Amino acid sequence: MIRFDDVTVAAGSVTLLDRLSLAIEPGPPTVLIGPNGAGKTTLLRLAMGLLAPTAGSVTRTDERRAIVFQRPTMLRRSAAANIRYASAGGDRTRELLALVGLEHAADRPARRLSAGEQQRLALARALARDPTILFLDEPTASLDPGSTKAVEDVIRTVSARGIKIVMSTHDLGEARRLAGEVVLLHRGRLVETGAASKFFDAPRTEEARRFIAGELLV
Amino acid sequence: MPEHLSALDLVLTGDPALFAIVRLSIAVSFSAVLLAAVLGVPLGAAIALSSFRGRDVAIVVLNAMMGLPPVVIGLVVYLALSHSGPLGAWGLLFTPQAMVIAQTILVTPIIAALARQTIEDLWLEYRDELTALEVGPMRRIATLVWDARFSLITALLAGFGRAAAEVGAVIIVGGNIDGFTRTMTTAIALETSKGDLPLAIGLGLVLIAIVVLVNALAWALRRAAERLAG
Repeated sequence: MIRFDDVTVAAGSVTLLDRLSLAIEPGPPTVLIGPNGAGKTTLLRLAMGLLAPTAGSVTRTDERRAIVFQRPTMLRRSAAANIRYASAGGDRTRELLALVGLEHAADRPARRLSAGEQQRLALARALARDPTILFLDEPTASLDPGSTKAVEDVIRTVSARGIKIVMSTHDLGEARRLAGEVVLLHRGRLVETGAASKFFDAPRTEEARRFIAGELLV
Repeated sequence: MPEHLSALDLVLTGDPALFAIVRLSIAVSFSAVLLAAVLGVPLGAAIALSSFRGRDVAIVVLNAMMGLPPVVIGLVVYLALSHSGPLGAWGLLFTPQAMVIAQTILVTPIIAALARQTIEDLWLEYRDELTALEVGPMRRIATLVWDARFSLITALLAGFGRAAAEVGAVIIVGGNIDGFTRTMTTAIALETSKGDLPLAIGLGLVLIAIVVLVNALAWALRRAAERLAG
């Protein structure tokens, strides 16, 4: 679906992604993990087309893309109107509100919803684009366990419907719960990638082993 | 009778001459603010969302124009509308329309400059989302203006305050003709110079009351709308 070939992204003298090559294919969720500053958000923005590589190339097949940012911005209108605003055609507002468990909040101002509700609304709004690939940037960061479970349930449902999920997290538990494939990044470099079961049970690199063991990668 | 009591009498008894002046003042200032909003908000939005050479200069000029002296605007409009001026054929000099034109020129930079700042701040917040949603330029502007509507009300109020309070431009292009182009501010200036203080004070009281009332209504509207829309 998306190929990154020897991609570098630099901002001034800072290298955010360093000669990274990766292919993202259809299937279960791809989860990007790594410490803060590893390049997860940069990779998602690059994949979404919000950033251009400084060097290398990004090749996409003809897919429809949508993204949920770590801190989504709600438009100053109702929850339902936020979904309608993003709609790619046809009115699926009711169905999408039901999918994320927000039927009761349809007419409430989106900015008055709780953080967890806003995150679910942002998911529904992104799904209104009818994407074939959905990027999620730390979708459960700063959410309580109840809200995290609600968001993860939606992610599973969406993935089961055939929408490719590419998400970042720094929560290893979440990566274990959701990932089909794991991509470990550190300091802008791709350290290791592979099926989640193999990655967690038998990491091939020392950095991956230390990260899984809970050691700090600095 | 003390002058302030007779002034109050004029207000409370609904003196026809006084209220004719009040009606004209409100009509002129509201028309000017409406026109200035139609011109100024899109102008402010366009500057907020665009990047071009000289943008910083344009912003500085726009901000500086907020302080344009009304008498200078009055003079320029007078020259334009006078018989020998480029727009003399319109025959608008010393009419309420001429006063609306002058006040529109006075108020448009205020609304445009405040709208530019408001919309630019909101754009920084919305940029990622609207870019990801592939929202085109015209819809972007419409979205930002709509979502900034509560803050833009403050810009309109600032414009209304400026229009309602100014005297220099309307006295030059309107001529302060009794029953035709006499507004509250021009009448206050005239009656004070004539020594008719009750009418001047009465008009002053009404002017202050109108400005307070308009601001109170706008505040109430904004609070109610914010509760509904978030």
